[in-house]
Amino acid sequence: MQGEAAVIRRRDLLSLIGAMAGSAAMYHAMTSLGFASESPYKGPVSLKGDPKGASVLILGAGLAGMTAALELRNAGYKVQILEFNGRAGGRNWTLRGGDSFTELGDFKQTCEFESGLYINPGPWRIPYHHRALLDYCKRLGVALEPFVQLNYNALIHASRAFDGVPQRIRAIRADFQGQVSELLAKVTQQGKLDEAVTKEDQEILLEALRSWGALDRDYKYKANLISAQFRGYARDPGGGLNALPLPGDSLALSEILKSQVWRYLQNFANYNFQTTMFQPVGGMDMIGKAFAREVGGLIRYNSKVTRIQQDHRGVTVSYVDTAAPATVQQARADWCICTIPLSILSQLPVDVSAATKSAIDAVPYAGSVKVGLQFKRRFWEEDEAIYGGISYTDLPIRQIGYPNSGFNRSGRGVLLGAYIFAGANAYEFTAMTPAERVERTVEFGAMIHPQYKAEFENGVAVAWHRVPFVLGCSGDWSEEARATHYHNLCQIDGRIALAGEHASALPAWQEGAILSSLDAITRLHDRVMRN
Amino acid sequence: MQAKAVKIALVMSLALAKAALAQDDRTFSSGYRFVEMTGEELFANVCQGCHMPDAAGATGAGSYPSLAGNSNLEAAGYPILIVVNGRRGMPPFGDMMTDGQVAAVVNYLRTHFGNSYEDVVTARDVRDARR
Repeated sequence: MQGEAAVIRRRDLLSLIGAMAGSAAMYHAMTSLGFASESPYKGPVSLKGDPKGASVLILGAGLAGMTAALELRNAGYKVQILEFNGRAGGRNWTLRGGDSFTELGDFKQTCEFESGLYINPGPWRIPYHHRALLDYCKRLGVALEPFVQLNYNALIHASRAFDGVPQRIRAIRADFQGQVSELLAKVTQQGKLDEAVTKEDQEILLEALRSWGALDRDYKYKANLISAQFRGYARDPGGGLNALPLPGDSLALSEILKSQVWRYLQNFANYNFQTTMFQPVGGMDMIGKAFAREVGGLIRYNSKVTRIQQDHRGVTVSYVDTAAPATVQQARADWCICTIPLSILSQLPVDVSAATKSAIDAVPYAGSVKVGLQFKRRFWEEDEAIYGGISYTDLPIRQIGYPNSGFNRSGRGVLLGAYIFAGANAYEFTAMTPAERVERTVEFGAMIHPQYKAEFENGVAVAWHRVPFVLGCSGDWSEEARATHYHNLCQIDGRIALAGEHASALPAWQEGAILSSLDAITRLHDRVMRN
Repeated sequence: MQAKAVKIALVMSLALAKAALAQDDRTFSSGYRFVEMTGEELFANVCQGCHMPDAAGATGAGSYPSLAGNSNLEAAGYPILIVVNGRRGMPPFGDMMTDGQVAAVVNYLRTHFGNSYEDVVTARDVRDARR
């Protein structure tokens, strides 16, 4: 029997701790019980003390480089940035109508989207727990709006299941959860859980399963108005004559199991993809542009770094202007924050220790492809009531992302027609010309949305292995490489510190780039103050 | 009857874990591993993404090396190791290709694009090279 004393609710416990031990203990207890933020971001970085005119050369004007520039300049450093591109932001990037982009191999595309429509070829969503990035958005005045990660009315498509017919996420979820609940209720009633669950808890468990699975009185999952409240209706409730709703038939558990589509359901519960997610209003590059408003004057654009040297007094970086590559120029500073992706840095002569060099050489870069498609009308909203969110498929295009703004408007719309991350298909799409990527994306997408054929107008395709400024999507650390090299990569090597998503435990996330940068400049500043 | 046929088709297609998705003239893999089998097709669907259709490589902020007329291909063991293990930014393909696929693409590279090394690499050579 459970005594009353054992049933202290967590909130009671917290008041008790708070009263007895003060707020520090309260905070500690809250953290360990999972209430308070666990973010490594502790608010705006504080670089106290006068660096006395010390200079820092930053390589790369992506989010890592511009975070370092902003904070170090504010702390009194002399800051200069070298950037390969003719714009700031790096992988924080948006393509709009009129933008041109030439990938490696001289394949040039000009985006033909209507004014106001765009695609984010790189990062496109921000989790609520990416506190550093959200704080910079706040400080720099970047307006955010919701990014719809889970739309119950979007689709899950398995080309070899359900006769190839895409299914609504809500139906898959309700039918899977309902039938699993029914099975669990059955074995509970058969007494097969007697050893694992007390009689008292079994009764509660049955109640919970009935609720969680939308089961009927007899703990059965059936096509009725109970399950229809979750999976949707064959005929929605209406008004007047013929207003009464009709339930639809459920999908067979066996087919759901074999289709593997249950994988997608768990994906929505992943910490990285839980609601609420955000996107900047007007395109992801609003963040890069906001940083550039602060530090743009410090950036030398079109500068390709060719060599990094250091001695006991400073760092010398050789670079060429991409318009005049024959003339090698040099920049010098006391310190260097290098955010050049390892795919590129590993090819450069860099004066660092053998351990750092091994770390730089240890990280392959993942492939990823995104394709944006413009259609004459927002048929996914008009015909299918899909407002934002993502449909998943086992076709090579993998995902279709619907726009999370401009809802319910008439006129043209742009959706993300393919988002392929790693795996064989990413390479297969990278190997095509941009025009073929768009063409294939339309062909595959038409298997899910037949409207593609009549409504498609134009598209752009970005394959990250062919993006000249990064040669890949993100650092693809293996567990072994991380165990051997990560620590060394993050060490300040003489007068050079590396930063970027590759120097974080959040690969491919903008938050990783910023946290890595804040950590690097904090340690660098400590060293400067101690010198 | 139709439902039964669909079920049989489903079971069959799931049994073929390596099923390829054919779209006209181009092959697409359905899982993590490549389904392309010939050296020519592996090059066209994988390698040329970075090394370009003429194998001449490309240069941006960094470079993809040219594989055309490349003397590093002379000792067959070297390209085998690079394809299997990757190198620097280049991803490893050892888990995405079988020994036979690695051998096929290495043989293709060593006999095309101005390379003419006649000794043939076998799947066994690749197996021996894997650690």
